[in-house]
Amino acid sequence: MNRPVEEWASLVPMEDDAPTAFLDVRDLRIHFPTDDGLVKSVDGLSFTLERGRTLGIVGESGSGKSVTSLGILGLHKGQHARISGQVWLDGEELVGASPEHVRRLRGKKMAMIFQDPLSAMHPFYKVGDQIVEAYRVHNEVSKKQARKHAIDMLGRVGIPQPSERVDDYPHQFSGGMRQRAMIAMALSCDPELLIADEPTTALDVTVQAQILDLVRELQSEFNSAVMVITHDLGVVAELADDILVMYAGKAVEQGSARELFTAAEHPYTWGLLSSMPRLDRDRQDRLVPIAGSPPSLINVPEGCAFHPRCRFCELSAPRSLTEVPVMTETSPGHRVACHLEPAERRRLWAEEVQPLL
Amino acid sequence: MTISDVSPRPADAGAPRPPLLEVTGLTKHFPITRGVLRRQIGAVKAVDGIDFTVAAGETLGLVGESGCGKTTTGRMLTRLEEPTGGRIVFDGRDITHLSVARMRPLRRDVQMVFQDPYSSLNPRHTVGTIVGAPYRLQSVKTEHGTKRAVQDLLERVGLSPEHYNRYPHEFSGGQRQRIGIARALALRPKLIVADEPVSALDVSIQAQVINLLEDLQDEFGLTYVVIAHDLSVVRHISDRVAVMYLGHIVEIGPRQAVYEKPQHPYTSALLSAVPVPDVTRRDNRERIRLQGDPPSPIDPPPACPFHTRCWKAQEVCRTVTPPLVEFAPGQRAACHFPENAPDGPYEPGTDSIVAPAS
Ligand SMILES: Nc1ncnc2c1ncn2[C@@H]1O[C@H](COP(=O)(O)OP(=O)(O)OP(=O)(O)O)[C@@H](O)[C@H]1O
Ligand SMILES: Nc1ncnc2c1ncn2[C@@H]1O[C@H](COP(=O)(O)OP(=O)(O)OP(=O)(O)O)[C@@H](O)[C@H]1O
Ligand code: SF4
Ligand code: SF4
Ligand SMILES: [Mg+2]
Ligand SMILES: [Mg+2]
Repeated sequence: MNRPVEEWASLVPMEDDAPTAFLDVRDLRIHFPTDDGLVKSVDGLSFTLERGRTLGIVGESGSGKSVTSLGILGLHKGQHARISGQVWLDGEELVGASPEHVRRLRGKKMAMIFQDPLSAMHPFYKVGDQIVEAYRVHNEVSKKQARKHAIDMLGRVGIPQPSERVDDYPHQFSGGMRQRAMIAMALSCDPELLIADEPTTALDVTVQAQILDLVRELQSEFNSAVMVITHDLGVVAELADDILVMYAGKAVEQGSARELFTAAEHPYTWGLLSSMPRLDRDRQDRLVPIAGSPPSLINVPEGCAFHPRCRFCELSAPRSLTEVPVMTETSPGHRVACHLEPAERRRLWAEEVQPLL
Repeated sequence: MTISDVSPRPADAGAPRPPLLEVTGLTKHFPITRGVLRRQIGAVKAVDGIDFTVAAGETLGLVGESGCGKTTTGRMLTRLEEPTGGRIVFDGRDITHLSVARMRPLRRDVQMVFQDPYSSLNPRHTVGTIVGAPYRLQSVKTEHGTKRAVQDLLERVGLSPEHYNRYPHEFSGGQRQRIGIARALALRPKLIVADEPVSALDVSIQAQVINLLEDLQDEFGLTYVVIAHDLSVVRHISDRVAVMYLGHIVEIGPRQAVYEKPQHPYTSALLSAVPVPDVTRRDNRERIRLQGDPPSPIDPPPACPFHTRCWKAQEVCRTVTPPLVEFAPGQRAACHFPENAPDGPYEPGTDSIVAPAS
């Protein structure tokens, strides 16, 4: 596409000084060449995360959330993905680092709970042996001690009779049990950065509450930074300090959890909040999804990528059709990428959006 | 096969409809074997004798603890898993032990959307091949060719026709889930068992897919059994809800009754643990935190299966199995000390929908 790179320069302060934040992602782009064209899964994403804080990432299914987290962990390396931008973790830049070096950081420095339990669990090895192995990479302990730790972790994530089931193979576990085994594996080394991609969608709400408690414990005990990706806005409301909303490979809104639930300013965020069925409200006859289909990431719409689906497109036309809106601070710590005037957005939220939630 | 081979659909709409699906005493025990001789030393009692019916055109929501046997139940209903005991009657026919060959014509009528969108799609096939497979397997002719039909389906589930030639690994979790839904819808089945059909989707696409499922139900009279952990979604789509715990149905009833006046303590615990999208209520919520570990289905507790974690448990709970008793019209629960029935069990009168368990 013919978008000038300079446009992005204003998105992040591009100073070359080493960052102060624990995790600092700057203008990250991850593109995949395919037969149909270049898929721009992540296209100029920037955010920071401090130790002891939890960042919730929500957004369109297919908007690049998982690709971003795999990118931070260096798991696209060696594949045909094209990656640019910077990922600073605890003062070290990872995009340019050697795959070997990044691999050594995984487990203890950073760990991930994958959306796809099968990619983290090998089908031919026993569940317990896999946790033991992950643990021993970063801890000099005997096999016996590691096994004890594995059983302990399985118990803490709520696997019944962990000392028996530690010797099961992944296919003998239910969907939720596999998910929990993976959580046990990710938490076994007390990672400093935990990325949790849909950690609890496969779990019933009582186990979910238990896992969320476990993540909070990890955080208060080790002051870990947590990035939690989920479609469940209830989980985000409960766990996250800050929220980042993604659409078509870009951030469209970021702010404190309180701010995003009580004073959201981006029309896509409004669409999300209006779509969900809520147990704390009367049952609606029909849900209200955002109109239209998710954008193609090969031919991303010109201007504001959300404009073909935006109810308020006319109010921001013609800029929304031609000019990509950049993330701009609207109040301290709250950034929005939309051409509407902040005052106009606040009026629409108060008059047209919030009353219907 | 041609369309005329499909068993005739009952025509007498006026007569009281027999349920489309009738399940009695359904059981699945997975053997646990040890040693080279693979001697059986025990069993995982994944599903342990459950009864329920689903009327044509109705949606039954199935919720419960992770590992309580929901997927196994779904797999038995769609005959992907052989039951150890009990009976499944679909559309008047006993299909409990039908062979693969005898089941084939029924495959058209009974479809499953799988919980795990990663392992249920063949990585070596394109999306077009995957979604078009049911047409080929059943030799069904479509008006404008299979490709057009598949592309239409892709659009209906919120994917784009340009995805036709792509492979599953190129899709996000939510996109894969929609591929699975498109495949299940291809032949317009009578019954769809959907295992977590929307949990991988963002709330907007989730709303689209739920509306789509509801439209198809209105249009074609589809019947759904929907397994889900998201209790707000279940409330939205279900006519009736069944709550499972450790291989048993502990409560079943009309949506409103179960959500507003749950009888079983486990149902109450579930409802209290739902995360609410309201930051202002983060710190002052009352949640029932279940104590203790979930029991093992290998060695389930005697009598009431919930007694090891129930805050109301008494001696009788450990010795006498509570029967499923009707507390309100159509609402049954298995508990000696129900949550919302101070006056004892409901006496079924003329307004009774389901007879109480004898
Ligand atoms: N290897 C790949 N080749 C081509 N396209 C890819 C590849 N991996 C991911 N994509 C595309 O990149 C986009 C972002 O995918 P990603 O998995 O990050 O989405 P997501 O935001 O995690 O969605 P979900 O919430 O559904 O999991 C999707 O449109 C997907 O089709
Ligand atoms: N092939 C198998 N061999 C042995 N045990 C099995 C097998 N499949 C399932 N199980 C066991 O049966 C029980 C029920 O599993 P099932 O997958 O039906 O649970 P579920 O209710 O769908 O859980 P979830 O919500 O986590 O998906 C679990 O204890 C599981 O470990
Ligand atoms: S820039 Fe215009 S089209 Fe884009 S979100 Fe804002 S109002 Fe909608
Ligand atoms: S029967 Fe007893 S232990 Fe079981 S749910 Fe009821 S009160 Fe609790
Ligand atoms: Mg994802
Ligand atoms: Mg399951």
